[in-house]
Amino acid sequence: MSSPAKPSEPSMLHPELGAPDDADAIHKNGRRLDHAEGSSRPLRSRPEEQPRGAKIHGSRPVDQAEAAARFIAAPEHEKMHDERLWDLRQKRDREMHGIPEWEELRALASAIKEHTLTHLDEYLDQFEATARLNGVHVHWAQDAAEHNHIVHGILRDHGARSLIKSKSMLTEECGLRAYMASVGIEVIETDLGERIQQLDNEDPSHVVVPAVHKLRTDVAQVFARTLGTDPDNSDVHYLAEAQREANRPLILAADAGMTGCNFAIAETGGVTVCTNEGNADLSANVPKLHIASIGIEKIIPRIEHLAVFVRLLSRSALGSPITQYTSHFRAPREGGEMHVVLVDNGRSARLGLAEFWTSLKCIRCGACMNTCPVYRRSGGLSYGATYSGPIGLIIDPTFNARKYSNLPFASTLNGSCTNVCPVKINIHEQIYAWRRELVKQHQTPFVKKAAMKVAGELLSHPAAYRAAIAATDYALAHLPRFVIYNGLNAWGKHREVPHSPKQTFHSWYHANRGEGS
Amino acid sequence: MSSRDEILARIRANRPQVDRPLPAVPLFDEHPPVELLTAFKDSLGRMGGIFLDPPASGDALAPVREKLTHAKVVCSTVPEIAGNRDIAAIGAPQELADVDFAIVRAAFAVAETGSVLLSDRELTVNAIAYLAQHLIVLLDPADIVFNLHHAYRRPEFRDRPYACFHTGPSATADIEGVLIHGAQGVRSLSVLPIARSLSPLSA
Repeated sequence: MSSPAKPSEPSMLHPELGAPDDADAIHKNGRRLDHAEGSSRPLRSRPEEQPRGAKIHGSRPVDQAEAAARFIAAPEHEKMHDERLWDLRQKRDREMHGIPEWEELRALASAIKEHTLTHLDEYLDQFEATARLNGVHVHWAQDAAEHNHIVHGILRDHGARSLIKSKSMLTEECGLRAYMASVGIEVIETDLGERIQQLDNEDPSHVVVPAVHKLRTDVAQVFARTLGTDPDNSDVHYLAEAQREANRPLILAADAGMTGCNFAIAETGGVTVCTNEGNADLSANVPKLHIASIGIEKIIPRIEHLAVFVRLLSRSALGSPITQYTSHFRAPREGGEMHVVLVDNGRSARLGLAEFWTSLKCIRCGACMNTCPVYRRSGGLSYGATYSGPIGLIIDPTFNARKYSNLPFASTLNGSCTNVCPVKINIHEQIYAWRRELVKQHQTPFVKKAAMKVAGELLSHPAAYRAAIAATDYALAHLPRFVIYNGLNAWGKHREVPHSPKQTFHSWYHANRGEGS
Repeated sequence: MSSRDEILARIRANRPQVDRPLPAVPLFDEHPPVELLTAFKDSLGRMGGIFLDPPASGDALAPVREKLTHAKVVCSTVPEIAGNRDIAAIGAPQELADVDFAIVRAAFAVAETGSVLLSDRELTVNAIAYLAQHLIVLLDPADIVFNLHHAYRRPEFRDRPYACFHTGPSATADIEGVLIHGAQGVRSLSVLPIARSLSPLSA
């Protein structure tokens, strides 16, 4: 762990994005508000065509670097993305410093999750029994297809044709919207960011802020096309109001509502959902029918444990002390009906992976994404997967080792993800372990493998390594550019390779601190 | 074998054979604020909520009446304020779509976060707290707990079908980080400190 720095004003990575005025901001009692995912200072972007995400070709390996290169080639998008997520990271640090027991909470959260996962069958059993006693219908789905069939079945039994829902990464993972479209059921996302993504036919790019890769002008275009707003008006208040007004009649007319689940409590059979917009509460409380989709790893044993996770979740995710709404659904309301679908979809198999099972501790806060230099610069859609950023690198290969074989290489292994993780997942170590695993499974491309073989030889022979380093430093300083900056050297794409030192550390040490000195 | 049994069997076969005891969770309450109400007020303000200071006149409900001056549809679930939409007569939540102001009482509040807890008991129809344009919450200062650890010891989470912490109004900053109040739910949330027992029965 790095030692905590002194809390200070957030710094800017791209000062040119700073806005001279702050007309958009909400001030209360002389204080500029930055709760929820609000930025701590005014930012302004210039219009630019939106770079799109990774090109998907079935199960062929996703070329994350290719999509990232296109994101980087759109500097307004890249800078705004980088700046906003770094701002969330800094707000997170500010909140962390406000809680003396922060590290103790992280340790508790990790321990509670590890205990639960090692007794998951017992706690799922308890959750099911308690939920049934509360009058909740409990369903079990082994995979995405079964989840979608179950949800469809519930809707069919109620003659439901439209479904309003709040954001859920699990339903993204299951491809629920595409499935529902194929059976003629209209799904309406009720979270602003998620609705933007749905209307633009794009996946969410971040687990918490799904449209963070878009500029206000991109949203203006999407809404002009789909909601009939003025394409030249990119005022954020105008755009948000237009979406609210367009969605409200759909919410009132919906036949059923759906939410995800942040925490499911075995002791009470309750489901806890955290949102800022209040859209989960609308989805669950306006229609008669409420369906909650729950990944089986979301179980926690007791109500008292919620305090630990709720204190950590929004502070880690957004640098806000709590989400605007923390909703606890324990039983159907009078005259209503509540269903929960417990979904496995690969989780029970992951539990058996000795090096990777602790990735199931994840509470989907996105802190690892906000701090990751690769993620911030390349955008979430470049990963071509439901889960992007550091946590995605260690979860996605469990779904499809070939398709996501490149992802564990989209990291500098700097460890910042591990340091900010509220449940203490050793993310960067698992990224490294996945590289080894994928090489073992022959899922890595030839160039990477050949280079690794050479590196392996050198690293196991110190003398050869020293000679090679000295020779490389000399070569880097004298070789023509095309030899260094070519397609085989990913480190030379989009950046200059650092100047090589005149002397290696080893030769400097030998000369200055060697025998006799 | 059912999907349920297959999932549970796989978990039993795969769960790591390591000893991970369940830790005890402390209450972390060694350093409570001197004034819970002041701490609550500050936290609420940070989260975009409005704290209605009791006026010097002594007429505790005056700030609420002032807010309602131009409201067309007021739905109250508290005896202190009369509305013009009877929540007891509501057949479906959709009938609350045109409510300008809803007035409810908090079960309790949390100083650490500035949250108020509203359960189905306080709301009568849960959707009122989200369909209304504005929400006013009456809070007895005696009902404030220090932090979330204390909050989760309250009976509402075991007894009520539905309970929700409201912390400020509905908000979003999904577009370029620009903060918006009134994303999908209420555009404002105001909290009036007023004791339960001292409340007059009507206004």
